[in-house]
Amino acid sequence: MIDLKNLTITRARESMEKGEFSAEDLTCAYLENIKIKNPELDAYLSVFDDAIDEARKIDEKRKRGEKLGALAGIPIAIKALIMVKGREINGASHILKGHIATYDATAITKLRDADAVLLGIANCDDSAMGASGENSGYGPTKNPLDISRVPGGSSSGSAAAVAGELALVALGSDTGGSIRQPAAFCGIVGLKPSYGAVSRYGLLALCSSFDQIAPLAKTVSDAEIVFNIIKGEDKLDSTSVGKMGNLGKAKRALKEKAGHTIGVPSDLSFEGCDPRVIANFKSQIKSLENLGYEIKDIKLPNIKYAVPVYYIILPAEASANLARYDGMRYGAHIDAGGNLLEDYMKTKGLGFGKEVRRRIILGTYVLSAGYYDAYYYQAMRVRELIKQDFARAFESVDAIITPTTAGPAFKLGAKSSDPLKMYLEDIFTAPANIAGLCAISVPCGTVNEEGKELPLGLQIIADKGCEDVLFSIGKKFLGEE
Amino acid sequence: MASLARIAMDDDELEELRSQLDEIIGFVGEVQKADTTSLFELRDASTSLLPELRNVFRDDGAPHDTGRFTHDIVANFPDSDRGYLRVKKILEK
Repeated sequence: MIDLKNLTITRARESMEKGEFSAEDLTCAYLENIKIKNPELDAYLSVFDDAIDEARKIDEKRKRGEKLGALAGIPIAIKALIMVKGREINGASHILKGHIATYDATAITKLRDADAVLLGIANCDDSAMGASGENSGYGPTKNPLDISRVPGGSSSGSAAAVAGELALVALGSDTGGSIRQPAAFCGIVGLKPSYGAVSRYGLLALCSSFDQIAPLAKTVSDAEIVFNIIKGEDKLDSTSVGKMGNLGKAKRALKEKAGHTIGVPSDLSFEGCDPRVIANFKSQIKSLENLGYEIKDIKLPNIKYAVPVYYIILPAEASANLARYDGMRYGAHIDAGGNLLEDYMKTKGLGFGKEVRRRIILGTYVLSAGYYDAYYYQAMRVRELIKQDFARAFESVDAIITPTTAGPAFKLGAKSSDPLKMYLEDIFTAPANIAGLCAISVPCGTVNEEGKELPLGLQIIADKGCEDVLFSIGKKFLGEE
Repeated sequence: MASLARIAMDDDELEELRSQLDEIIGFVGEVQKADTTSLFELRDASTSLLPELRNVFRDDGAPHDTGRFTHDIVANFPDSDRGYLRVKKILEK
């Protein structure tokens, strides 16, 4: 029996090198867990029947003494938004039901080159729109720590798979918190890289100026290992960047000083926040201080506009990105019996989930001729102000901390009838996407709810290209060093 | 809006959406309170809002062999005819 609970990439690698278990054993152990737990959790939409063959190939390569990649034999779950050639990629939406990916996303190519074993496609909110996993067109994922609760979203299946021992790590995508929020709800680590750090080639586009692919893992070190594999400039994504300019400062600080400076935004609104989250956050500030970090108050005066800005720019871009799903070229086609336009309308009406329809219409509204300046254009201006706020803050601190979420995982159905309440789930996470910064959520204790220990997350934000700072603080915070 | 977005919705959903949209628009409308004059002072407003732009080019040539993806892409079409996408006619008699 492999101890999956305490397994990390590094440990799994060592064990396989020592011959304690093979890649096949490890993949089998996860597949067995999937068989037992997935019917209840709905973390996976599909499991690859040839995962075992892939694992065997790695074992054979090892036997032959061939050089193996950094993720040799590591079983990974892939969010249903990331293209895996030859597999159905539907974004957990009915609009793309039956769509077979015609190529691998760059992140997938890099995982394959690193000899990872792809286990299957993880569930998520329809087209990545949602913060609970409940919007999936194929049934909601449940939180493995308490199945009456949501795992968070939109990378719901990816988070549940890692937390429930259904995969060692998972790829998700983060547009406004879709990796960090479910990671916090499930008690694991979730990374949102700087915009441009990881190629978006092969990622179904939600909001192209926010989206990033990244890992969900059990430790900061595991997230770092996977990030280092999938990052890098890609000629197939013109927004991807190899080396980011002007980022030297925080990294230099990391090398030169033993401790460095962490900012706490004094104008952070805790309105609507669970009081236990606020108390926990205050105690985490103390712990970081005890670890030798200098804590500094910072000002982010425009952060209060982050969620409104987010829910203008996101629907605007999403309404344009999703216009292509018209039922003609891929996915579902519903014949309305009349002309082509009627087919379009019927296909979109029935294919997209309710939240997706809502956001497309919201996006259409904020981009419409009469309202464009008051909403979209103004949001773009305020986005610039938020970026400037952060740039100013990073002149005096190396990282900024906030809670990841306003509360622990909520009950299934608790917020599904109130879209605005659900949007406020992104209150702490959206700013990093708006400003293109990198951020990570790490587990920071639990609160007791109906006899169950529910995890909370601490979010660490760093300047563009400074993922190293996140990993350094995160590892120290979790005692991984 | 629904017809602009080409989404067919029934009356009940449209009605529900109407009140939700009012609430959401009211909420996101907060951005109008932000003071953006500093941006206008800094640079020409029309350019200050654009992301940092840079041109990304690839070599002017064939990125891959012609037809390499054709079969897989056509296989995803809901309706096709000898490698062509088939849709209903758009010109009415």
